[in-house]
Parts: sequence; structure tokens; C-alpha cells
Amino acid sequence: MNRTKGDEEEYWNSSKFKAFTFDDEDDELSQLKESKRAVNSLRDFVDDDDDDDDLERVSWSGEPVGSISWSIKETAGNSGSTHEGREQLKSRNSFSSYAQLPKPTSTYSLSSFFRGRTRPGSFQSLSDALSDTPAKSYAPELGRPKGEYRDYSNDWSPSDTVRRLRKGKVCSLERFRSLQDKLQLLEEAVSMHDGNVITAVLIFLKRTLCKEILFRELEVRQVALRHLIHFLKEIGDQKLLLDLFRYLDRTEELALSHYREHLNIQDPEKRKEFLKTCIGLPFSAEDSAHIQDHYTLLERQIIIEANDRHLESAGQTEIFRKHPRKASILNMPLVTTLFYSCFYHYTEAEGTFSSPINLKKTFKIPDKQYVLTALAARAKLRAWHDVDALFTTKNWLGYTKKRAPIGFHRVVEILHKNSAPVQILQEYVNLVEDVDTKLNLATKFKCHDVVIDQIRWKN
Amino acid sequence: MRYIANLVNADKLAGRTRKYKVIFSPQKFYACEMVLEEEGIYGDVSCDEWAFSLLPLDVDLLSMELPEFFRDYFLEGDQRWINTVAQALHLLSTLYGPFPNSYGIGRCAKMSYELWRKLEEEEDGETKGRRPEIGHTFLLDRDTDFVTALCSQVVYEGLVDDTFRIKCGSVDFGPEVTSSDKSLKVLLNAEDKVFSEIRNEHFSNVFGFLSQKARNLQAQYDRRRGMDIKQMKNFVSQELKGLKQEHRLLSLHIGACESIMKKKTKQDFQELIKTEHALLEGFSIRESTSYIEEHIDRQVSPIESLRLMCLLSITENGLIPKDYRSLKTQYLQSYGPEHLLTFSNLRRAGLLTEQAPGDTLTAVESKVSKLVTDKAAGKITDAFSSLAKRSNFRAISKKLNLIPRVDGEYDLKVPRDMAYVFSGAYVPLSCRIIEQVLERRSWQGLDEVVRLLNCSEFAFTDMTKEDKASSESLRLILVVFLGGCTFSEISALRFLGREKGYRFIFLTTAVTNSARLMEAMSEVKA
Repeated sequence: MNRTKGDEEEYWNSSKFKAFTFDDEDDELSQLKESKRAVNSLRDFVDDDDDDDDLERVSWSGEPVGSISWSIKETAGNSGSTHEGREQLKSRNSFSSYAQLPKPTSTYSLSSFFRGRTRPGSFQSLSDALSDTPAKSYAPELGRPKGEYRDYSNDWSPSDTVRRLRKGKVCSLERFRSLQDKLQLLEEAVSMHDGNVITAVLIFLKRTLCKEILFRELEVRQVALRHLIHFLKEIGDQKLLLDLFRYLDRTEELALSHYREHLNIQDPEKRKEFLKTCIGLPFSAEDSAHIQDHYTLLERQIIIEANDRHLESAGQTEIFRKHPRKASILNMPLVTTLFYSCFYHYTEAEGTFSSPINLKKTFKIPDKQYVLTALAARAKLRAWHDVDALFTTKNWLGYTKKRAPIGFHRVVEILHKNSAPVQILQEYVNLVEDVDTKLNLATKFKCHDVVIDQIRWKN
Repeated sequence: MRYIANLVNADKLAGRTRKYKVIFSPQKFYACEMVLEEEGIYGDVSCDEWAFSLLPLDVDLLSMELPEFFRDYFLEGDQRWINTVAQALHLLSTLYGPFPNSYGIGRCAKMSYELWRKLEEEEDGETKGRRPEIGHTFLLDRDTDFVTALCSQVVYEGLVDDTFRIKCGSVDFGPEVTSSDKSLKVLLNAEDKVFSEIRNEHFSNVFGFLSQKARNLQAQYDRRRGMDIKQMKNFVSQELKGLKQEHRLLSLHIGACESIMKKKTKQDFQELIKTEHALLEGFSIRESTSYIEEHIDRQVSPIESLRLMCLLSITENGLIPKDYRSLKTQYLQSYGPEHLLTFSNLRRAGLLTEQAPGDTLTAVESKVSKLVTDKAAGKITDAFSSLAKRSNFRAISKKLNLIPRVDGEYDLKVPRDMAYVFSGAYVPLSCRIIEQVLERRSWQGLDEVVRLLNCSEFAFTDMTKEDKASSESLRLILVVFLGGCTFSEISALRFLGREKGYRFIFLTTAVTNSARLMEAMSEVKA
């Protein structure tokens, strides 16, 4: 220990951690002097030596400290404990330039200082703080320009802090401890318009404020609120997100957010259970009905799937043998399920879960949709009698008549797509009401008789 | 981020020590750092940022390749990419000199502009004294004009994008196009001589043009019959390569055209276009609605059905509640109940809304304003009025003459105005706005339009720089699309440039089309 008495006095009276005083902060120069003194007086605590940052530091191998190769060597040298090495690196470098030593109050323990972790709250890692790429270069910058830490002082106003954050520079937010300071910081960030900075400030606020206060303050700050919601969604903090929605009384978003989770559940049974819990959520009236339908649909699909798989493997049913199933019916939309049921279970009575009529009744499928789907299914199977039956109704006089809720031109198209024989096509083309359409379709599908009839009729 | 974290932690558990480097492009977010820290791997990875933000896709098209911009900003309200845009603008101004005139419309445009100006102030000196080479800058939010983005494209480049998906300026042509067994990745830009001539043309012209070109090519080849040795040598050494190249490109594009024609006939494209035009013009709305209903019932395509519904909603200021309910139910039945989430997203973004009675908005507004401090009161009203953007498409369309009145046939071969990009039915709103503002050099006389658009606009002229600008540079205009830009708009503006003697440079956050917009809004993980 080669301190003089004066030095010692100074040492004991000064501290790296500035106590809270009511004075205004000194101007920057004296502050720098202060930190420099503090730094120099703590030499013994650090393994390495350090000096003024005015001198270019050169390591033993002659490379200037701070250059790429030096840093690579250093990290390579500490391969066994890269973490340690990096921390040491940081602390070494930091001493050369007034440190990122937090100086808010003396509650920071010396031990955190010893650990070499210099900024419990700041947001930048070494290399990228320094890859503050100037506008003109395009390659990734991996070096560490020496002067990067030169301008670190500890006492930036909120607007300065925000500006530094936008540039991606090192910055400790820890000194904003009072609520007022924090809010001011947030205001500055919002006026800067950069979402990244706003999120950074929110991360800090989320950590240091209890959620009630945070929610209360954000309720009146829409921009920041949106950022927080998005942030929570991205990191998957579902619990806090739901709390937030509950606090804001945004019941519908709460319900939707909860419902969204079902997409992550793969197992059908578990998903079904989850959907059941969704039913009671505060959706709007129509949405509640949709959720209920979703649950019922999945329930049905599970039953049908199990049943059909059994039937298929048993190999007895003809329809499954002729047209083996290509995919499972689980999680398919309702119309697809209806098509499937019209395809494989058309003749079943209303009582079974897989009969089309049952589906129609349960989900209140409109006639139009039903006929369209049934037609497509039966046409695919080339079951023309069934197709006929779909459209035949008995009117009150006992005569049969063909009617369709979807327009016969559509019927003809679907039949044609499924390669129906010309006679069938012809029959339906005849039923098209609009004369021009009739002629067009007849020509398109080569129903010559119809064409001839039409022309004759016209003339 | 979590994926990376899992990898690293797995390695740690297995006892492997490795050095990890993560390079973020174009920007690293603080949220990412937080996750790294949380997962305990912050010290193990070294992070770098690579600020590569501008990708030149063509001689006049710069893309930032940020398709997520649309969803992040217009759905979630996250402003994280505004800094990236401002940096890109700053980069351009350091390369090309300061921009004397700036105009813009939309909230995001305003914020990007303000941030960019702050950047300029802070890093002053880099652009001082330089002669400006770009005379005007125009910033445009995507939500100023959703209609154009949602329409089906009929210019060649747009069609290729809609059918085959152009990614980063290149497209994958499958075997049916290349008429061989393999698929080919083709770079589509101005260097492709054949492409550059047909890209902005309406599709009806393209086939004729290509067949003409094919005939020419054939004639060129045939020339060789009458040649002597010397001429033949000349021919082979100089011209043959070029001809072969052209031949190859020609066959590719003809193949692409055929493929497009086939797909479109199958999809009943005529009907679709007819419905779209009806929606744009405001006729036969009920028929259009039932067309959409049928489209959904037939399970044609989830993206297309959604697109048509949004188009209907925007042009009609929202669907009537009965239609909204019934179409929504049918959509959920046809394409899956989980699309409930998609509908809520679309509603939030203002793409698919219900015609609500006016007082719904004010009720919520008044409830919240009771809790608000004075300072934030203005911000609340701002936020609400922008969240529930009511589009007054019909009024705007009338004011700006977006539907051209045509006597007789609209000549697509020699188009008279920008409406040709939609077969003469509609002038893209965004392009029209740009045209008007450039003509007046300000927003004078367009107040009504701005009010109808429910946006904020700005115009800023720096006289000192304007004086330095040469007349040549004053004809060069940079258009910035925030949220995406379609090829139709690019073609329309190129046309405008030819007409008025401007040259346009396009900077967009990403090239987009209606399908990509819809997919961005869909919640369902495919």
C-alpha cells in the first residue's frame, strides 16, 4: 500500500458510489474527475492493471488492446470459462473509460461490483454496442472502437437516455427509480416514436413496477399499452396478458386471447377439453355460439374418427374399401365434415352421429349449403339417383317436381366437373330457367338436343 | 430467440462448449436481449447487428424486405420498425443528398418522418452542402389505401406475383411453365429484356406481344438461311447468343402466360373481376354479396373469400350487421372455426368491419376519457379515431375521379390514364393522391380528401435545399410505401412518370399483394 495520508483521506472520503445529495449534480468535468479518481483508487481490486484511457493500451503481443484480434485471443484464452472471460473483458475495458459503473445510491453492494458485472440493468452487450455501424458500411462490424465508452456519464436526462437507446448504445435505466422519473422516461420514449425503445423502457418498467401500478399508468397511454400487449404476446407471458385484459375490462380480447391457446394443443382430446373451458368465456353473443359449435364439432369428429377407423380396419364396409380415407376428419371445418359424412355415411338414419341429417340439424346448416355439399359428394361417387332424390320434391298435388335452392346452373357445373354422363347433364340443363344461360351451358357441355330445342323454340 | 436459447442450453447440458454468434439483421431488439438474458445464455452468445436494410430489387425498386412490418404496425400497433425506416431514409439522404421536398400521409408516415428528421439533426454535417439528387419524397401508409392492395392484379408482373409468388425479385417457375422436368428460378428485373417490355402491360396485351416477338425471333433465325460464310460467322459470334437468350426468356414467359390463363379459367376469373369492379364502382352490391357467399360455400379458397369480404367491407364502409353475421358464420363453417381469431384481427385492423351505429364509438371513448389525464386526453381521441378508421371510399372515389368515365371501349393497348392497371375500371387511390400532391406541390385543395381519408398529412419544403436542386433532380421522386406496395401500383406510377416526365424510385417495406396481406392477418398456424 503506497498511499500517502492525503491519499488515504481522499480514498476514505470518496466513494465510487455517490451518495444522494441534494445538490445539483456537478458539471460533467468534475464528474469525470470524480470517476477517474474512483477508478484509479480501486486498482487493487482488479486483477489487471489499467491506466488512463488516453494512452493506447497495447497488450504483450503488441496488438492494441481493443482490436479485434486481441479480443479474439482473449476470449480464446478463456475458453474454459467464456462467461468469466467476457465479464473480465468487460470490466477491464470499462475501467479504461470511466466505467459503466452505476452510481445511483449506495445500496449497491460492493460484491456486485467485484463480480465484474458492471451494469445490472443496461441493455447492451459489448460487441454490438460498438457495431454502431455508420451509415456507409455494409459489412457487420465486429471491432470495438476505443472511444465508445468515452461519453458514458451517469446522468442523462430522460430525453438523452432515450436518444442513446435509439442508437443502440449502452444505457442504464436503473437510475430512474421514482415513478415520476419512470413516467417521464416513458413519455420521452413515446415521443421518439421508436417501438424498440418503447419496448425497452416497458421491459424495465415491467420489472420494477408492480403490475397494478403499471396497468394503471398504461391505461391512459395507448401507444405504450399497445407495445406492452404485443410484447407480452411475443414472449408468451399469457398470465400477465390476461391480467392486463382483465384490468382493462377488455373482456372480449381476454376471451380471444384465451381461446387462441387452443392452437397450441395438438392432442384432440386435450383440445376438446380446453375448448370446453372456453365456452364460458365472455365472448360476444354470436362468438359464444361459434365457440360452442367448435366444441361440439370436435367432439363429433373424435367419435366419427374413432368409429370409422375401426370400420376401415375391419374391412367389411364397401365404401371404405372402394374409397379409402386419405386423411383424418379431425379439426376439419364443418363443411368438409359434412362432405365426408355425405360421402361415407349418406344412408344412415338421423340417430347416428355421423349421418348428414344429424349434422345438418345440430349445426343448423342452411339448405343451400347442405344441398351443395351433398350434391358434390354424391356426384363424386357417381350416385346419380341420389342426386335426383336431392332435388325431387312432391308438391301438394302429388306430382314430383325438381327444385334446387342453389340454381341449376351450379348443379350442372358440379355434375360436369364430376364427369356426369350427357343424359344426366342434359336433364339438368333443361331445368335451368334463364334462357341465355341455358344455351351457353348446353353449348359448353355439348348437350346437343337442348341446343337444338332452344333454337327451335326461339324461332 | 427461444429456439436459439434451447439449442444453446441443450449443448450446455450435453457438456459441449461452443462459441455462439448471433447476427441480427437489420436490427436487434431489446426484447431479444431480454430473452437471451432470461434463458441464461446472454454471456454465451455474442451478438452483432448487421444494418442491412435496403435491397435493390430492380433499377427503380428498393425493398426493405420487412413483410412483418404490415402486421406489426397495422395490427398490433408496434412501432419497432419505424427506426429502421428512418435509418434507411437517412442512408439514402447521405448517398444522394438531402431531400428538399417531403410529403406524406398517414400516422406512420408522420412518425417515420419525424424520427428521420431527428436523425438528420443529430448527425448533421454529413449531408450539408451536398447537392440534392432526389427532388421529392413521398411517404405513404398502407392503410390510406387498402382497396388497391386488395384488388386482383391484371398487369403482367402483378399476375405473375399473384399466381407464382415473386420472392425478392425472383420467381420459381414449375415444370408446367418450363415445359421440362425441372423447375427454374428466374430473376425478374429490368435486365430480362423480354420481361421489361411486358411487365407493366395489361395482360391482354402480353400474349399478342409475345407472339409477335416469337415471330420476329423466328425471322431472325431464318435469316441464316441466306447467309454466306462470313455473315454466318458474324451471326454466330455476335447475335446467336443474344437470340438464344431471348428465345429462352420468351419461352419461359409464354409458358408462364399459358399457366396463368389455365389457372384463371379454372377459377372463373371473369366472374371474379366482374364482382370486383362492381364493388369498386358501387353497383349491384347485393349480387356481389351473394357471389361472395357462394364463393365461401363452395370452399374455393380461404384467402380469396377473405379478400373479397374485406373489399366489400372497405368500399361499403363496413358490412351491414346481418351480412357480417351470416358471412362470418358461413366462413367459419367452410374454412374452420378457428378463423374466429382471424375475424377479430381483421376487425382490429379496420379491414373487415360491421356498420355500427355511430354512438358505439363515443360510448367507449367517453368511458375511458374519464380516467384520462389532461395531457393524454388528446392522445386517446387520436388513438380511438385512428383505430376505428371509417373508410369513405365512395366519397373519395367521387372526389378524386377514381372511376374513369369511358365512352365506348377502354383502350388497353394505348392507355390514357392509370386505370389501365385495373382494366380501366379504377385508378389506384394511392397513385392518384401522389399525382395530385405532386402537381400542386402541396396539399392545397385536397383538404376534403384528407378529411375523408381520416389521416394526417404533412408537407415540408426546405427552401435552401430546393434552390440547390437541379431541375433534373426535381423530376426524380422517391415514393416510400410503409406496409407494402403492389406491382400494380408500381406499374401505374411508372406510367404516370412516362406521362408527366417524372422518374419514380420506389422504396417499400416489402412487396406485397392481396394474398400476403390476408395471410398476415390470419391467426391460424397452417
